[in-house]
Amino acid sequence: MPIEILMPALSPTMEEGNVSKWLKNEGDKVAAGDVIAEIETDKATMEVEAVDEGTLAKIVVPAGTEGVKVNAVIAVLAVDGEDIDKAGEGIGEEPVKAETATTEPAKAEAAAPAKSEAAAPVAAAPRTEIAADPDIPAGTEMVSTTVREALRDAMAEEMRRDGDVFVMGEEVAEYQGAYKITQGLLQEFGPRRVVDTPITEHGFAGVGVGAAMAGLKPIVEFMTFNFAMQAIDQIINSAAKTLYMSGGQMGAPIVFRGPNGAAARVAAQHSQCYAAWYSHIPGLKVVMPYTATDAKGLLKAAIRDPNPVIFLENEILYGQSFDVPKMDDFVLPIGKARIHKSGKDVTIVSFGIGMTYAVKAEAELRGMGIDAEIVDLRTVRPLDFDTIIASVRKTNRLVVVEEGFPQSSVGDHIANQVSQRAFDFLDAPVITIAGKDVPMPYAANLEKLALPNVGEVVEAVKAVTYRG
Amino acid sequence: MATAARKAPAKSKSRPDGKSAGLSAPKPVDFTKDEELDAYRRMLLIRRFEEKAGQLYGMGFIGGFCHLYIGQEAVVTGMKMALVDGDQMITAYRDHGHMLAMELSPRGVMAELTGRRGGLSRGKGGSMHMFSKEKHFYGGHGIVGAQVSLGTGLAFANRYRDNNNVTLTYFGDGAANQGQVYESFNMASLWKLPVIYIIENNRYAMGTSVSRSSAETDFSHRGASFKIPGIQVDGMDVRAVKAAGDLATEWCRAGKGPLILEMQTYRYRGHSMSDPAKYRSKEEVQKMRSERDPIEQVKARLLEKKWADEDELKTIDKEVRDIVADAAEFAQNDAEPDPSELWTDIVL
Repeated sequence: MPIEILMPALSPTMEEGNVSKWLKNEGDKVAAGDVIAEIETDKATMEVEAVDEGTLAKIVVPAGTEGVKVNAVIAVLAVDGEDIDKAGEGIGEEPVKAETATTEPAKAEAAAPAKSEAAAPVAAAPRTEIAADPDIPAGTEMVSTTVREALRDAMAEEMRRDGDVFVMGEEVAEYQGAYKITQGLLQEFGPRRVVDTPITEHGFAGVGVGAAMAGLKPIVEFMTFNFAMQAIDQIINSAAKTLYMSGGQMGAPIVFRGPNGAAARVAAQHSQCYAAWYSHIPGLKVVMPYTATDAKGLLKAAIRDPNPVIFLENEILYGQSFDVPKMDDFVLPIGKARIHKSGKDVTIVSFGIGMTYAVKAEAELRGMGIDAEIVDLRTVRPLDFDTIIASVRKTNRLVVVEEGFPQSSVGDHIANQVSQRAFDFLDAPVITIAGKDVPMPYAANLEKLALPNVGEVVEAVKAVTYRG
Repeated sequence: MATAARKAPAKSKSRPDGKSAGLSAPKPVDFTKDEELDAYRRMLLIRRFEEKAGQLYGMGFIGGFCHLYIGQEAVVTGMKMALVDGDQMITAYRDHGHMLAMELSPRGVMAELTGRRGGLSRGKGGSMHMFSKEKHFYGGHGIVGAQVSLGTGLAFANRYRDNNNVTLTYFGDGAANQGQVYESFNMASLWKLPVIYIIENNRYAMGTSVSRSSAETDFSHRGASFKIPGIQVDGMDVRAVKAAGDLATEWCRAGKGPLILEMQTYRYRGHSMSDPAKYRSKEEVQKMRSERDPIEQVKARLLEKKWADEDELKTIDKEVRDIVADAAEFAQNDAEPDPSELWTDIVL
């Protein structure tokens, strides 16, 4: 039997990739361990080695093909004297290209080998048109950009603008970023301003804060915010409190950024949302963008901000594309929520990756005749209660969606404040949707159960709108 | 070799200590008359200030934690004498002496201790948290060891700006066992940062003696794994400290990277005001006071060399007491912060 060579998954969140180069031709002998192709993921270009011995019978996916789905057949290997002409027959006729990327991630669906009962079936939802952001002048040219590129552009622009801005962290320079966020920065700005650190989170967080106290403007990248637990003392006790403790004499203009929350199948120690944790701390600002536009405009704002800013990104969102305005200097205000989609029946408040559930639920609800308004907080501290309350006064119903743990969640705080400030406008209790109150499990089905899902959001909206 | 305050443990020859890097503790260099008088006045200010702070604590004017520096005055004084303008200092919570050495206003420090609006942090920092950008003093930090990474970051900024300033990063024998100290050592050495790590070994981490808390009690060796040379210094002799400070600042300014100075010193009082110090004998304290006191050493030299007589020294003492009395008077009578200050300086 000929052996099918499949498109490999080369990272926890990889769903598709590009076949950039074949290093063997059809008819070539291949030994186990031979490099046969180069695959480009959103993080890196990786070499693919043959596992079996044989003759490369057929290249199904030619070099230069983009968007090849994981597990698609990319080549066929004939073994033990099999006829190489026949070995490839009938293979490669099915489409291997991934569907056109949308703004909605298919992460959980793609990662799970089996359908879980808890997961609400999501039909191909009509795409939610993102409402116009009043901070973007009408008629501005928009360019499709990934969140990853937007973050990189934001840093590069600010580093060009201000010589005191530098970036430090693990693998930010030579490696080009563990998640490729700092790609190209070393080449443009050199090792003085793009600083590879040892694996030493507590230490380099403190070094960053010290440099900030001396007036520099560090961007400290954590490979993930899970590792920032090692550094949380410096973030809270040194960065957040110095301005107050010094009577306003000295603060720390620093950005701590990196991926936050669950990625895919990386289990309990690598899957945790810190939005609520950092939002607890006076002296910090906490930003958690969803779109590439917000990622860019808010990261630029965070770098300019004279305060310590926690900038929570998400690995699953890195590869998603959004229309980003083509402007010379696009800076958004920290602390201002954005109406992602206007509606009149219910308010869904979310932020960061939580928005992906809100957006999908909104589309489903639209099919049921429920017109939901989606508020993307963008900033978790300071919280834009004006926007939340204005929306609740209009819709009289509120559902909050986030991936973090439920106790003392961002949603809990919002529910509390809305009940105090807009009680008379509520026609139903506020429902908060969060991750389950369990450490993140590894198994695909359990992981899916632990995260919020679109069905929960839909059910919550139906409950607060008193629909069946 | 400087006179050790205790018997130094036997050293292994294989370790890359200060000597292998071509360094050894410099001999104390005799001070000029002006230097002796300057050191005397500076150390006496710290001693009298701390005595007054202890008194005000007892009277209830100072609250919370209050860690006095009495006995260790030579360490900050000698190091300050080795600095040039723009050099920075950062330390932990036993910080009043460091602030006075960096010439922060005694009124401002004392009023901060009493939590008044005229305090350096407008009453919001207290004993452990004071800063002065103008005087290059970066605190004042309450979390043991955190200042070591921060000080390394200050040095990083100096290297980034290529400005030839050095950072004095102080910590105690207790903090020397915190993990981030070694994370900082590694980066400082890797990047050749101009930072002097000054380990004030006063022999007790709160109530735990060095021998009960530290596997390696020769703190000058603590940088060995990071190729940071270190030297032991008699921290009770201000001349020895100054000589070590001159060597260390020159080392850093030459771009050779970090250096460790273990200052062998002693605190006369308890860890904080509420510590009865039952973990050591009265005789041990008395012996240090009578034989090794940093201020008495300078005084004896001044008298011996006839650079000052008793009357002149009394005059200096009177001047210092006046400064401290004025600070205490101010600190007791200054108003508390306006309630609106609760909500200021949280974010800019």
